[in-house]
Amino acid sequence: MSNTTITPQAAPNRRNTELMMLGFAVLVPMLAYANVGLAGDGSLPVGSLVKYGLGLGVFAGLAHLLVRKFAPYADPLLLPLATFLNGMGLMFINRLDLDIIQGVGLPNNVKGTAAAGSQLMYSAIGVALFAVVVVALRDHRLLQRYTYTFMALALVLLVSPIPFPGDTYGAKIWIRLGPFSIQPGEFTKIVITIFFAGYLMAKRDALALASRKVMGLYFPRGRDMGPIIVVWLLSILILVFERDLGTSLLFFGVFVVMLYVATERTSWLLFGVVMAVAGAVVVGTLEPHVHDRVAAWMDPMDAYTNPAPGKSQQLAQALFGYGTGGLLGTGLNQGHPTEIGFAARSDFILTTVGEELGLAGMMAIFMVYALLIERGLRTALAARDPFGKLLAAGLSIALALQVFIVAGGVTGLIPLTGMTMPFLAQGGSSVITNWALVAILIRISDTARRPAPPAGAFDPSEGVAPRRGSHASGRSATPAAGSTPPPPSSTPADGSASPEALTVAGGVPSAPGGPPSSGGSPTPPRPFVPPPNPGGGTPYGPPGQSGPGGQHP
Amino acid sequence: MNKPLRRVSVFCLILVAALMLRANWVQVVKADDYANNGNNRRAAYEKYSHPRGDFLVEGKPITSSVKTDNRQYEYLRKYEFGPMYAPITGYISPYVGSNLLEKLDDDILSGKDSRLFVRKVLDTVTNKGTRGGNVALTINAKAQEAAFNGLDGKTGAAVAIDPDTGKVLAMVSTPSYDPNVLAQNDRNAAAKAYDGLTLDTDKTRKTPDTNFDPKKPMDNRAIRYTYAPGSTFKLVTAAAALSSGQFKPDTVPNVPLQGGKLFYPNSNQFLPDSHGECAGATLQAALEMSCNTVFASVGQQLSQEKVKAQADAFGFNNFGKGANQNPLDIPSRVAPSVFPTGLDQGQLMRSSIGQDSVASTPMQMAMVVAGIVNNGKVMKPYLVDELRAQNLSVLEKTQPEVASQAVTPEVAQMLQDMMKGVVENGTGKAAKIPGVTVGGKTGTAQRGVKNSEPPYAWFVSYAKGADGKKVAVAVVVEDSDAERNEVSGSSLAAPIAKAMMEAVVKK
Repeated sequence: MSNTTITPQAAPNRRNTELMMLGFAVLVPMLAYANVGLAGDGSLPVGSLVKYGLGLGVFAGLAHLLVRKFAPYADPLLLPLATFLNGMGLMFINRLDLDIIQGVGLPNNVKGTAAAGSQLMYSAIGVALFAVVVVALRDHRLLQRYTYTFMALALVLLVSPIPFPGDTYGAKIWIRLGPFSIQPGEFTKIVITIFFAGYLMAKRDALALASRKVMGLYFPRGRDMGPIIVVWLLSILILVFERDLGTSLLFFGVFVVMLYVATERTSWLLFGVVMAVAGAVVVGTLEPHVHDRVAAWMDPMDAYTNPAPGKSQQLAQALFGYGTGGLLGTGLNQGHPTEIGFAARSDFILTTVGEELGLAGMMAIFMVYALLIERGLRTALAARDPFGKLLAAGLSIALALQVFIVAGGVTGLIPLTGMTMPFLAQGGSSVITNWALVAILIRISDTARRPAPPAGAFDPSEGVAPRRGSHASGRSATPAAGSTPPPPSSTPADGSASPEALTVAGGVPSAPGGPPSSGGSPTPPRPFVPPPNPGGGTPYGPPGQSGPGGQHP
Repeated sequence: MNKPLRRVSVFCLILVAALMLRANWVQVVKADDYANNGNNRRAAYEKYSHPRGDFLVEGKPITSSVKTDNRQYEYLRKYEFGPMYAPITGYISPYVGSNLLEKLDDDILSGKDSRLFVRKVLDTVTNKGTRGGNVALTINAKAQEAAFNGLDGKTGAAVAIDPDTGKVLAMVSTPSYDPNVLAQNDRNAAAKAYDGLTLDTDKTRKTPDTNFDPKKPMDNRAIRYTYAPGSTFKLVTAAAALSSGQFKPDTVPNVPLQGGKLFYPNSNQFLPDSHGECAGATLQAALEMSCNTVFASVGQQLSQEKVKAQADAFGFNNFGKGANQNPLDIPSRVAPSVFPTGLDQGQLMRSSIGQDSVASTPMQMAMVVAGIVNNGKVMKPYLVDELRAQNLSVLEKTQPEVASQAVTPEVAQMLQDMMKGVVENGTGKAAKIPGVTVGGKTGTAQRGVKNSEPPYAWFVSYAKGADGKKVAVAVVVEDSDAERNEVSGSSLAAPIAKAMMEAVVKK
């Protein structure tokens, strides 16, 4: 394996690609709006086309301009994918509103209120938060400074729903303040991932190296088991007190995977799976609400064959919807997704996709999520600093697990839990959080994909664009410098520097030889090329600088 | 950290792949199971998502579909004639179900029938919007209207049949109900109307159903209620007598009168006559004057088996097959009419004049007359003439079917003449139509313990128009405003039958 890559001199920043893709991301939902209107009363829904088309277009345009200015090297697909999902979500919510405001399919035909408008407002807040992150978070490593602050915040957010009444099916995941209800679990998703990333950054050596080898597996020392046990207990407590299988699974899963990524020790995964299964089985057996969920998953039709109060017909109704949708679906606005009730707009929004757009639509939506996750993981692969790597990986995995838990739940693959499809489902907390999540990924990818300064040049703050040096120049521009607790230079192994990873991440055949010259190299087709090792000794210098890391298996 | 990251990427791929596999499982492999699950209301929504086919009477629709603002049940049924056709079409409502032809011909009307498939696909492709097929009824609009108006305000039923084919020309049951109240868009109002119309006899109810119309307007009296046929059954007894060869219309049957009264065997009870002087009457005269004594004696002399066999040949006891076999579906199910077995002599005497345990639907008595008019052949009655596609092309035409040869043509001719005598000289004068051959028979059937309730007023008749048009009619009036002693077939039922016959045979 060569540890050489090609450095693009004038790396294409792909902003125009992003703009074009954004065009699609806005256009497709708009066509869907038109479809909804034409299938309904046969006329174009001019009002909502203007409102949501303009809204989505303005969000996308603003976000794009900000990315162009403040994160020019960011991944070009993250923003369009998020915009597309948000747009489709708004479209589906708007479509479901048509039924819900008439009380169609709802118990006793009680008329509900429209939600698309407020979802648009929350999307605006989400995009605003996106803008704040892209503009203000110059360097994602800033977050590392507040590792333990984030931990405290995560704990507060996690316990906050406990005093509030649970939902109809017993899950306590809401804080209700008058007309507003907040789902803190959504915010916790980011906060706790930042904490995990910071914590594992600091502790991964101990967790990775101090171990005994038994039967080909490295087993951690007993005292190193502490963190995983704490997180496990936390997840169990969430399960018991908030009866929320989804959040519990999400946090524990994210932690175990991040632990694995940080330590490269497969044994952690093994422990994680064993602990998760043990915890799930015990709680699933003993805790009645969780037990009910599992029973409903085992036999969705039981709510009809043995009707009893408290048994939910939602999953059966969802399956009916998929079955009716079949391959191509009934067509937008021509199915009956509100048979599920109000949940059709939130947790069960995927059912509307399945019923009205059919299997084709489901696969398309899954592909879009898969792409979003893939871009996040690419960002993690390309990131040059371990914290950024862990954070990007953690956020992507959180997204992947959430998609799996929700989509798996509403298709009957796994027991149902109360969570939202990212961007797609109704829910202010969710959409705001996910925009922030994408913003952080964009920030990390911008840093990762930023072309390196010319070889030999000393750039202590490689994460910061030089042209922004005008107001925050040089070393002082790196807020993390000197203030972050554990200097990563103490880390002997920085996996991100392993050369084969660079080749894969870059997708460019690596040429043997030393670091390429600063000029003359042809522009590679893919921009995911980390810069060559400029050498250095700065705590946050490009990865691979500390020699031994490169040889780490 | 990249090696585990790549493994994690593969793991994420597996998660998405699992979701995709699951989506294929629920949307392809199990799709039909879920789509056709009985608890999946989407099938019902689909049924109401396009206009339902109509019932046609003489080529004109008597129903329509109304577009509503309901997003689940877009098109609801409208019955243009309200209660008049309710006993024929029944009703359909997304909230309270359906019955009669609306239920039986649902596949055609909703468009589900495979014969409508090609047209449905074409309509979808050409974006014309599909609709259901149509059901053309055998009903004669004027006869139906005449029957409905004649029975207005009374409790009863009327049936008219084309004797040659078995086509049901009119079928009315009163009091009727307006099926539009059940088909309305307002779920609660429809449910309330349904509750008010029906008596719920579900034993698991905590409290008995008190909210119902005691006259049960949704019961179809023409085909589901059996009444004592009274003197109209004397036609059957006469048919048995003539078929036996022992009697002719001018035969004077031997009536064992004692002091002018016919006593039941071993009893001091006697069977009275209500009209005229019956002693020494011929069979013809006995029918004209509706002599109980004569026909009771004739039945007794013929034996129970012969009378029952004749009744069965006309369609009683499901053409003799028993109450639970060979049911008569027109296509709505007709309740079996009963002529019992195991009668003692007294019971046989009363049964021979249509009392005791003999019970007949109005449809059955119309079939008796139709058989007599059609030279002894009883045609199977039917309501649906044709099933038609969306564009009214004929998919299926019901072929007339002989149900039985009840009597020989000669006996049938004799019976026709005897019935004509009833109208010309006897109790059925009220049904006389100038210029038209009319024959009939009245009946005033007693009911209740010790004759405590108002009797059923029957009139059965036929008419043959100058241009060969024929009709057989049966009318029964259960209850009316008439004083008890004024209740009789000739006064209450005959005018209705006359109006119905006129509607058919007159131009």
